[in-house]
Amino acid sequence: MAILEVNGIEKSFGNIKVLKNIDFSLEKGEVMAIIGSSGSGKTTLLRCLNFLERPDKGRIIVNNEVIFDAMDPATQKESELRRKRLHFGLVFQNFNLFPQYTVLRNVTLAAELLAKKSPDFKQNKKEIIKKIYDRGKMLLSQVGLSDKLDCYPHMISGGQQQRVAIARALALEPDILCFDEPTSALDPELTGEVLKVIKGLAERRTTMIIVTHEMDFARDVADRVIFMDGGVIVEQGSPQELFGNPKEERTKQFLAGYKSI
Amino acid sequence: MNEILVIIGRLSESFMLNCKLFILTLLFALPLGMLIAFGSMSRFRPLQWLTRTFVWIIRGTPLMLQLIIIFYGPGLLNMPFSWPSGQSGRFVAATVAFVINYACYFSEIYRGGIESIPVGQYEAGQVLGMTKKQIFFHVTLLQVIKRIVPPIGNEVITLVKDTSLARIIANKEIIMMAGEYSNKGLIWPLFATGIYFLVFVGILTILLNWVEKKLSYFRV
Repeated sequence: MAILEVNGIEKSFGNIKVLKNIDFSLEKGEVMAIIGSSGSGKTTLLRCLNFLERPDKGRIIVNNEVIFDAMDPATQKESELRRKRLHFGLVFQNFNLFPQYTVLRNVTLAAELLAKKSPDFKQNKKEIIKKIYDRGKMLLSQVGLSDKLDCYPHMISGGQQQRVAIARALALEPDILCFDEPTSALDPELTGEVLKVIKGLAERRTTMIIVTHEMDFARDVADRVIFMDGGVIVEQGSPQELFGNPKEERTKQFLAGYKSI
Repeated sequence: MNEILVIIGRLSESFMLNCKLFILTLLFALPLGMLIAFGSMSRFRPLQWLTRTFVWIIRGTPLMLQLIIIFYGPGLLNMPFSWPSGQSGRFVAATVAFVINYACYFSEIYRGGIESIPVGQYEAGQVLGMTKKQIFFHVTLLQVIKRIVPPIGNEVITLVKDTSLARIIANKEIIMMAGEYSNKGLIWPLFATGIYFLVFVGILTILLNWVEKKLSYFRV
């Protein structure tokens, strides 16, 4: 059963159509890589899934629940979107950690703010907070940062910051974890440690959508690859099919550009 | 010798008025500036236009003129409202003028601080399910404060010295007091007032540096 279904998503900025009739679905535990040149609409697609942009047309369905329908204003209320966007987690290209909080606090803050709204928070305050912090520590050890809990973001490397950002996104237990070019702001030496963490998540069957320029990584970690160009999905398939035997001319061109480097 | 002490005593006493005006202005102008900042950033165009025009008028005219208009205006225009009589009325009018003037300057500093926070900080809060209010208080506010401490400090130090403008509507502040002596041919009290301002600003500088240091544990 598909955990995510995207039907006919369209998005324009002014007169420029950035996404045209995007359809795809994702199975639970599947890792999907989205590749394509800059300006092809990959990042906008990811931002639409996280409601940082509102699609002009189309539907987003998670676990058979329509969480967004451009035709139905009831699904677009701010409070509704806030609740429903928690199906998705997003890791940004530039990490966007909160600079005034420690590494651990970055991971626990949102969970704590959410917990405060639940009716039984006051009675079980200590327990709930302890649970959140324990989970934060567990996630940070998962990304190999147990010794950095009390550091502030500016004290650690870019690769470590991005790993904190991954732990932060996981803290709210999203159904689908999205990555927007997670290594594009990192030098090659730091790229490896972040990719390793993502690979670890893939081995644990975390459902993920990864927008990336790292072709070798996409081939290695993804179950399925989507190639986008000019706001449309040109081709999709298994990494073997798409990288080994691309059918569309545009895909061949794009991949040839990469191989020639 | 005795006369010197008497003069110093009277200077100190009149400097209290400067201090009172300074404290009251900060107390009211700092929060009022935040309100004006939200007005000038409002997506409701008429409100934005109104606030920005107001800020333009206040920043575009001399504080001295504003003091005169606020103090004499109600009487000259036969408004049903008037300031209390005597010294207290003059002081209240001066406080109102200072609060409005400084709130406008503060509002622009706040606006600059808020708009300088990278959009990624808001987006990170959003995707983590935070409300706008939570993002403001838990994510951006402290970063804004860190960024605006130096420019606010600048304004605060200017305010210390601007308080002596209150004499234009006959508030008996320190320079007015010293002026009475210089009119009689005694010039040193006027120079002595400088020491009061220097010491006050010195203390403020230490305080501001302390705040900056307190906020240096993170980088924005």
